[in-house]
Amino acid sequence: MIDKARFPVPAEVKEELIKKYPSKVARKRTKQIVINHPDPESMPEIGANVRTVPGIITQRGCTYAGCKGVVLGPTRDILNITHGPIGCGFYSWLTRRNQTRPPEETDENFMTYCFSTDMQEDDIVFGGEKKLKQAVQEAFDIFHPKAIGIFSTCPVGLIGDDVHAVAREMKEKLGINVFGFSCEGYKGVSQSAGHHIANNQLFKHVIGNDDTPHPEKFKINLLGEYNIGGDAFVLEDLLERCGIKLVATFSGNSSYDAFANSHTADLNAIMCHRSINYVAEMMEEKYGIPWIKVNFIGAESSAKSLRKIAAYFEDAELMERVEQVIAEEMAKVEEVRSEIRSRCEGKTAMLFVGGSRAHHYQDLFREIGMKVVAAGYEFAHRDDYEGRRVLPNIKVDADSRNIEQLTVEPDPERYRPRKTEAERQRLKEQGFEFSDYEGMMSEMERESLVIDDISHYESEKLIEIYKPAVFCAGIKEKYAVQKMGVPCKQLHSYDYGGPYAGFEGAINFYKEIDRLVNSKIWGYIQAPWQKNPEITATYAVK
Amino acid sequence: MLLRHTPSEVKEREALVVNPAKTCQPIGAMYAALGIHGCLPHSHGSQGCCAYHRSTLTRHYKEPIMASTSSFTEGASVFGGQANLVEAINNIFTIYNPDVIAVHTTCLSETIGDDVPQIVSKAKDDGKIPDGKYVIHTSTPSYVGSHVTGFANMTKSMVNYFSESSGTEKDQLNIIPGWVEPSDMREIKRMTGMMGIKTVLFPDTSDVLDTPQTGKHHLFPKGGVTIPELRSTGDSRATIALGQFASGPAAEALDAKCKVPCQVLDLPIGLMATDRFVDALRKTAGVSVPDAITDERGRLVDLITDMHQYFYRKRVALFGDPDQLIAMTEFLVSLDMLPVHIVTGTPGQRFEQRIREILKHDVPQVNVRAAGDSFLLHQWIKSEPVDLLIGNTYGKYIARDEDIPFVRFGFPILDRVGHSLFPSVGYVGAMRLIEKFLYAFQDRQDRDALEEKFELVM
Repeated sequence: MIDKARFPVPAEVKEELIKKYPSKVARKRTKQIVINHPDPESMPEIGANVRTVPGIITQRGCTYAGCKGVVLGPTRDILNITHGPIGCGFYSWLTRRNQTRPPEETDENFMTYCFSTDMQEDDIVFGGEKKLKQAVQEAFDIFHPKAIGIFSTCPVGLIGDDVHAVAREMKEKLGINVFGFSCEGYKGVSQSAGHHIANNQLFKHVIGNDDTPHPEKFKINLLGEYNIGGDAFVLEDLLERCGIKLVATFSGNSSYDAFANSHTADLNAIMCHRSINYVAEMMEEKYGIPWIKVNFIGAESSAKSLRKIAAYFEDAELMERVEQVIAEEMAKVEEVRSEIRSRCEGKTAMLFVGGSRAHHYQDLFREIGMKVVAAGYEFAHRDDYEGRRVLPNIKVDADSRNIEQLTVEPDPERYRPRKTEAERQRLKEQGFEFSDYEGMMSEMERESLVIDDISHYESEKLIEIYKPAVFCAGIKEKYAVQKMGVPCKQLHSYDYGGPYAGFEGAINFYKEIDRLVNSKIWGYIQAPWQKNPEITATYAVK
Repeated sequence: MLLRHTPSEVKEREALVVNPAKTCQPIGAMYAALGIHGCLPHSHGSQGCCAYHRSTLTRHYKEPIMASTSSFTEGASVFGGQANLVEAINNIFTIYNPDVIAVHTTCLSETIGDDVPQIVSKAKDDGKIPDGKYVIHTSTPSYVGSHVTGFANMTKSMVNYFSESSGTEKDQLNIIPGWVEPSDMREIKRMTGMMGIKTVLFPDTSDVLDTPQTGKHHLFPKGGVTIPELRSTGDSRATIALGQFASGPAAEALDAKCKVPCQVLDLPIGLMATDRFVDALRKTAGVSVPDAITDERGRLVDLITDMHQYFYRKRVALFGDPDQLIAMTEFLVSLDMLPVHIVTGTPGQRFEQRIREILKHDVPQVNVRAAGDSFLLHQWIKSEPVDLLIGNTYGKYIARDEDIPFVRFGFPILDRVGHSLFPSVGYVGAMRLIEKFLYAFQDRQDRDALEEKFELVM
């Protein structure tokens, strides 16, 4: 048993977490629960992107959710049809807070709509291609979109409907871009496979379709930013003030035209590494656009990321403007930060969320003096934990092998290396990192716990043992955590608050954490008579 | 405009559903299973289904929704889900130790043809199911019916697996409450309690999905119908099932299996449906209605007479689930309102027939559609505007675009609370609904009033 009087010993905690499991499950989970060592030489290997044990109450969702919900969801002007029974389309309808801002009242915005072929028993028995074609036709006749995406659900893969053939045929017939996604829920082991499939198709069917050049000097794309709570709106404004042209955001407040034109940018800045590194890699190979990892969650991180972008362009004027913006923003941040830090300092947090959020938000907690004692991802791969240096050592298993791997070559006309080898070398010597991500573990404290695909049972144990001041997770976890008397911050939906990106976002987040960890309500859980039952009894006798 | 592309002209669609007014079977099965004490619902398919259903139920009830999944990957989809389910059963009993695992299928496991009873019996043979523990199942292909069908199927499975007839009649009634909120189930129990009737209510999500904050999370909260209670349903004097779509199949199965006579009533939403419910309870249990209940009814009637001017001939559009809509339509008519556009996503001709029957004198030209969607409803509203929209949370987009007062009612309600805490059924529930309608109309009147027309007393 854990001695509650002293700070938990990670090795004992780990033992406690897995001791109730059947031995086969324990063997598996032991690889996915590691005690952190931040140095690359002694960093432990973590089991990740492996199957969830059947029967375990998991945080994870499916490939369809990652493809349709996450990556394509926030794009307003692609009409997305879910090919399958009604559920999948229904559940992914607006639930990821897909905020978008079409420029004009008359501009396309299909995000408030849910389109489905609502397959019935007959379609499963006799095949659903005919119905899908008809659905695409009807969607075209009513809505006249410029592009239609088709998303496969589990039964579509099983009965063998060829969504790609239907897409080709309808593209030909209607004269608009129609493309399909083989994102059946059972592919892969989590949402992650869906991100990969989404990126492949965007790359094949949309990116590079529009060569219109932009006159601006500093042009970037923001990748892996999904505009939850208006994060992308904040970043659009921030970059504009710095004089940086944002060509496309993948895919927050995004549009088809911006995707199509994104290959004209000169730099890809990646927020969520897990969901989108594929696009960055492929765009570099095909068009010569370098990519860097950034993080706009947290004030310090935002400043660092802006400086990194400016450094890439090696332009004194840009660097100066960036410094100006940082100085203006930091003054506002400091005002709030110091006050909130005085109330939050020394408290503990745990984060078990998504792709990169379990990493990025640690910076925000550090800024107000809070300590992250345990963290992990819902659907990450080893490189998200241990850094990209482990990529060559990651075993490709059957669940990854069934996802298409595109072979990408330089585009004969559009390939244009943005930096010469000499320029890259010079930047590298100044400590600039291209195409790199060091992962979450290198930035977490030694002896903190890193847990992949945490189960409900393990989170309850962790909360019991550590009693963290705040636990960050998603909607499925939220109320179970709170029933234990610990506030739970949703980091997928932000509890319908936000934005949390950039400097403005950092201020919002500090305030939100202050509210959560210092709320009076957690002190009122017990009724007065439960705290002092004997006094009541004495009174009653009198 | 949020739904800027919705034209008023209706073109019949054969293949494309836009803005559905239903979702799939398994989520209904999951909700019903949560109404058994000590039960862990289990989704036999890939992870996403379970995640989506848990998320939606969580957002609606603001409570932990615990359920497990068989976590299919491609291998299981090709070779069948037997290994996954057997392993899941073993893990669930070892780690979470429920009294019952309630398995429901998904479109994936249905399409590959997994035979769940056979797999469960294999698990039993392999010693994966401890003594005194149960694994029940229901078949819920997502490409048949809707979430309401899934609820009905899981409720029917409770009868199939547990109801027993010992030959000795018990002085109790079964009540199958339909897909209503925990608050409604609590209200039904309060009313039968006031009438002195012993009942078995199944499923029963009160004290499961409206649990108090205690500082402890109970994977299996204190509420829910127990296995002994479910067994005893076969000995009950009679069954009262509320809502043909959600409760009819279980009631009929119980009648067939254990010869327990059943009456299928409408959900007791509104004055007349509650009258029929109370009267049926009185006659079936052989009790008299206490004055306290008659007084509740009287207060409702009083409220209607007092505020009638705000309701008379107001035009209403509504969408939702069939049992709810049938009862609500009748309630609106009793308030002299005019339900003019009505859509349910759940298929079934009986729905349209019932609605037309209820409205034949007041709104003979009603637009009604089963297996419709809220896009169609919106188009009807554009052509023939209404004074009030009633439906689940997704209606807020239509309400904002068309500037219509909006009352949230049905499933899911993702952006407000109260539905799981305060009842809509019974006389008390009807008063609460009236309060909502009134506030919707009066807030709009205040908002739109000219300064000289702005009234203090309304």
